[in-house]
Amino acid sequence: MTKLTKEEVKHVAHLARLALTDEEVEKFTEQLGAITEYVQTLNELDTTNVEPTSHVLPIVNVMREDVAEKGLDLEKVLLNVKEHENGLVKVPPILEEE
Amino acid sequence: MTLLERSSKELQEGLHKGEFKLVDLINETYQRIEEVDGDVQAFLALNKEKALEEAKEKDQVPPNERGPLFGLPIGIKDNIVTEGLETTCASKILKGFIPIYDATVIKKIKEAGMIIVGKLNMDEFAMGSSTETSYYKKTKNPWDLERVPGGSSGGSAASVAAGEVPFALGTDTGGSIRQPAAFCGVVGMKPTYGRVSRFGAVAFASSLDQIGPITRNVYDNALLLEVIAGVDPNDSTSADVPVPNYVSKLDGNIQGLRIAVPKEFLGEGVGESVRQSVLDALEVFKSLGATVEEVSLPHSKYALATYYILSSSEASSNLARYDGIRYGFRAEGVKNLMDLYKQTRAQGFGDEVKRRIMLGTYSLSAGTYDAYYKKAQQVRTLIKQDYDKVFEDYDVIVGPTTPSPAFKLGEKIDDPLTMYANDILTIPINLAGVPAISIPCGFDNGLPLGLQIIGKHFDEETVYRAAYAFEQATDFHKQTPGLGGK
Repeated sequence: MTKLTKEEVKHVAHLARLALTDEEVEKFTEQLGAITEYVQTLNELDTTNVEPTSHVLPIVNVMREDVAEKGLDLEKVLLNVKEHENGLVKVPPILEEE
Repeated sequence: MTLLERSSKELQEGLHKGEFKLVDLINETYQRIEEVDGDVQAFLALNKEKALEEAKEKDQVPPNERGPLFGLPIGIKDNIVTEGLETTCASKILKGFIPIYDATVIKKIKEAGMIIVGKLNMDEFAMGSSTETSYYKKTKNPWDLERVPGGSSGGSAASVAAGEVPFALGTDTGGSIRQPAAFCGVVGMKPTYGRVSRFGAVAFASSLDQIGPITRNVYDNALLLEVIAGVDPNDSTSADVPVPNYVSKLDGNIQGLRIAVPKEFLGEGVGESVRQSVLDALEVFKSLGATVEEVSLPHSKYALATYYILSSSEASSNLARYDGIRYGFRAEGVKNLMDLYKQTRAQGFGDEVKRRIMLGTYSLSAGTYDAYYKKAQQVRTLIKQDYDKVFEDYDVIVGPTTPSPAFKLGEKIDDPLTMYANDILTIPINLAGVPAISIPCGFDNGLPLGLQIIGKHFDEETVYRAAYAFEQATDFHKQTPGLGGK
């Protein structure tokens, strides 16, 4: 683990679907670099054979009867949708026009 | 004494005797908000018309059909969904979002007859420790308007401290209920992970988030937790553990209570006034018959790094849903769908949220997963084991809630790591999943200080008993900030 590069920040921003300006890339590279450097302190600890904890409760599977229930009304579901037509959500073209 | 300075018991007595009606109480609530919220800026949205209508209806309900919280006003942190009432998480990306259902805790407080006054400001998506990352406004600390109220539930703590509402709900992922409660001199409880349903709490870090009550006294806090706690079919991580009648156990008797004080909680980085207030508090506990012994939580210093990796990783996944398609803000003038995602998120999220999404994405990505995410999960195990071990021999752990009293607005906002360090005493508790409360325990130049009492899994009862006994023996909770001419 070494300090983050600008290229890494750009890559991560792409994975996270965030558009960044050049200025932001600069700023976040510095800030995220300081944070990733700080978290290196964890390497002081030997964690060989330590089980990871994803969740503190001893819950494994939570089951219920498979009974169909009424879902939300379409009208409600579409309440916060900016653009819709015939119950379908409208989005811009998926493929870029040539 | 104004209506809003009264405890729930005193309010119900007044209502019962016919001294005033619920309509008067709700009217006074909005008058108080009008009077002081220009300064404090705790509220993002008000529910005035509906609240007054409800108060009128509820005034007709006979006294024998009313519970202890019936008709009492409550403010809700803006990351808990309320049907028909705008919920933004203080983010531009959710501007104008109208929830189409109620969170489970909202259903429960409505069933108890409580009246929702409005939605409260917070750090954007609960990411922050000062409420300064809100897209909409900067909430001020009622004790000193140049200082932050803490965060992320800063609006919740400030509204209670300012006497705008006697009850508020907050959420706590790394200290977001307890730290602002400490900064604002009120009582804030983060329950055991799984104690309260998270259904309808907008997810930040799902393995750490909990909803909890913020109030002016311990009794009212316990009363509200009892209402919102319990297993919920809509949240598979809510635990099927019976909810005790907390308030019936509050008798002020803590004879024989075994208190552990971790040396790491009073060490480096903790201010002198904070240290002294905790040492004084321990003397109070001893005088009440408790035993106090020093212990060690050796992995405490790794909690902050562990937390930022885990919470950011979970956040990067949870916040992937804000894509501008089905709800919330959508960027204009985009070329294609990918551009829509990227521009919507770039324009809709603030810097702190972006930082954490990127840190989380990085921690989870191929090549870094083992060194970051998995490593942090392993260290989380070590931190949790520290707590399990101490709780073999002790009933509660006591220490400060924050290393210092409230800081000034703008003081730490440009330096993420300094801001994060403010949460070193609250974060380990979320990683261990145990319950903890912050109660007022002193002042430093007129700024409140908080005492943190930490309990075993699902043992909020002992935490409340200890907090109540301390509160009865002291009068820090009776002091109020001099706002609006009071």
